[in-house]
Amino acid sequence: MKLTGAQALIKSLEMEGTEVMFGLPGGAILPVYDPLIDSSIRHILVRHEQGAGHMAEGYAHATGRPGVAMVTSGPAATNIVTPLCNAYMDSIPIVVVTGQVPYSVIGSDAFQECDTVGITMPVTKHNWLITDPQDVPRVIREAFHVATTGRPGPVLVDMPKDVSNQEMEWYWPDDVDLPGYKPNTKGHAKQIKDAARLMGEAERPVIYAGGGILKARAAETLRELAELTGIHVITTLMARGSFPDDHPLALGMPGMHGNFTAVTSMQKSDLLIALGSRFDDRVTGKVGSFAPDAKVIHVDVDPAELGKVRRPDVPIVGDCRLVIEELVKAVKADRSKRDWPDLSAWDRQLEDWKREFPLKYDQHDDGPLKPQHCIESLRDNTPDDTIVVAGVGQHQMWTSQLWHFNHPYTWVNSGGLGTMGFAVPASIGAKVGKPERMVWAVDGDGCFQMTAQELVTASAERIPVKIAILNNAYLGMVRQWQELFYEERYSEVYLSPDLPDYTKWAEAMGCVGFRVDDPSDVVPTIEKANEIDDRPVVVDFRVDYREKVYPMVPAGGSNDDIILGPETDKAGGR
Amino acid sequence: MPNGVQHHILSVLVENKFGVLSRVAGLFSRRGYNIYSLAVSPTEDERFSRMTIVVDAESAPLEQVTKQLNKLVPVIKITELALDDAVERELMLVTVKGAAELRSQITELSSIFEAKILDVGFEALTLMVSGAADKLEAFTDLVRPYGIVELQRTGRIALPKLARQPAKLKAVKDRSA
Repeated sequence: MKLTGAQALIKSLEMEGTEVMFGLPGGAILPVYDPLIDSSIRHILVRHEQGAGHMAEGYAHATGRPGVAMVTSGPAATNIVTPLCNAYMDSIPIVVVTGQVPYSVIGSDAFQECDTVGITMPVTKHNWLITDPQDVPRVIREAFHVATTGRPGPVLVDMPKDVSNQEMEWYWPDDVDLPGYKPNTKGHAKQIKDAARLMGEAERPVIYAGGGILKARAAETLRELAELTGIHVITTLMARGSFPDDHPLALGMPGMHGNFTAVTSMQKSDLLIALGSRFDDRVTGKVGSFAPDAKVIHVDVDPAELGKVRRPDVPIVGDCRLVIEELVKAVKADRSKRDWPDLSAWDRQLEDWKREFPLKYDQHDDGPLKPQHCIESLRDNTPDDTIVVAGVGQHQMWTSQLWHFNHPYTWVNSGGLGTMGFAVPASIGAKVGKPERMVWAVDGDGCFQMTAQELVTASAERIPVKIAILNNAYLGMVRQWQELFYEERYSEVYLSPDLPDYTKWAEAMGCVGFRVDDPSDVVPTIEKANEIDDRPVVVDFRVDYREKVYPMVPAGGSNDDIILGPETDKAGGR
Repeated sequence: MPNGVQHHILSVLVENKFGVLSRVAGLFSRRGYNIYSLAVSPTEDERFSRMTIVVDAESAPLEQVTKQLNKLVPVIKITELALDDAVERELMLVTVKGAAELRSQITELSSIFEAKILDVGFEALTLMVSGAADKLEAFTDLVRPYGIVELQRTGRIALPKLARQPAKLKAVKDRSA
């Protein structure tokens, strides 16, 4: 069967099970948009290519399947670099197809030409420039394989226009042959046994669960390990939802804005069981004083993570689910031979910390409206399996702190890269992937203004996402740093609460817009928003701009120097 | 080479495809590793190329360098060649000022260093010398007083040393140990 390169590309995407793709056409990708008309793939027309990339990420986060985006060459390709980098930092499997000027004119500075493969090399797991239409099925097969196996990540396929138009003989490769790409997923048996032995000697162990748990679909296995051993679990920003927050062994989020118990339990621990986490600087604070007494078991599918920041006592390369399953067996075997230490003193200590240093804020009935109150009200008035999406900044940290994540894949946010503007498009992608679930984005006013136009996409495509803007009229996290570390010298952080008028803007984009100033209006408005299911909703919560995120470990500081915040200080705490 | 101890030689087998050098070089720059020298050429199998990379090990732990390199899809195999376990060579071309009356001195030096004379002009000679890095440096120092017009080095290439004992004898030795 003869197909054009473009037809082969669409057919290959179908063969890989692509149900939906996010994109925006243009000159160099035109030939590929033609066979799309006859394809089973649903295409969602975005308003900016960055949106296409983040939608693909939101889709991948929520479903576990690779997100697919397709855009044209030049400026479209550069617009999607941010989502690629975001996906690279957070190990999200996405496949991006870019158009390219005809191969015959590459290098001539043709219209809308850019070196897409060169530009995206450092922000993709791998990328390909197709030079022969006969390679299309093989490359697409390889691209999906690389994106979804080992440590997942973004890949990019650059498709020159003449290659799209030339004919090829259709085939579908049975297998992937990449001699330099053989991820090791099965953990080393002896290392796993050693890990179980260390766990059986620890008196103050904690599990430090990272995003790798979710990527490996290992949430249930993690729970089994925790319940078997009685070891408490910390879930990083990327791992929220991988262990139920309502579980007695849950300690919540560690790091720069982690809760006191999570942060301090790591500091005082004698054994960190790091599962799919990467000792990010936002978690460790000053590395030299991070968890000084702890031995480390480190499980990761990416060998380069082991020893990158902290040298593990037991390194295990492997897929988190497969390794934890084996670890559960090894623990059972070890416990059948000897008694494990009694953890009750450590458990008591953790409970004392939880009781003594909870997350705190004061909401007075007569205002001003506190952002934390909005988040808690949202949490308490939405279904338990609601997918929550956040941008980057104060609103993200409050949401991660205060939401009770009890199901995996209910939390979508930008961790490693910290991409403002992530929430609106990512929530659209998540809702497309999980249409039966309620999807709420909690966004900041600064973030919202970066990518809000994708709500036009959502309205046009009838994707009923809900956006809660915590509008404090500031770039809040930057303001917080200027207040605390730059002597309240506020430099270029004021945004205004009513420029733009968010409700009018929402309405102009085909959404329903609400505004909330009074604490007593919060819940009724959320209830109204929940009932709207035929179009997107935007709620403009006018919140107190003075509110700051606590606890806080200052950048580069030791986790021992955690600042708890004014409410706790008043209560006679630290 | 200024100081042998802080350098490591990596022999990296890669797929012979366009852009691979860029991927490797890009990885080094974005991770903050320094390349001291780099030599690339096709191997006996035309599907593969071999890169011999001399890494400044003070810029990053070697383990991280190799692990990150291994993540590149076209990288097939990385061998660290310890100085004692490898044969290594580097080639240097150098044009030295030398009018007729000085030629005999330079050719004498050349014969000591087993350098070859590739070209002779009225006022200069072009020499080729190969060997370990310190030999090339010694030769450079000795010809410098005459005046170096141009100098070009290839960077090092290396292969692992071969086993010296026949397999049988080795087995006997192992049993006794």
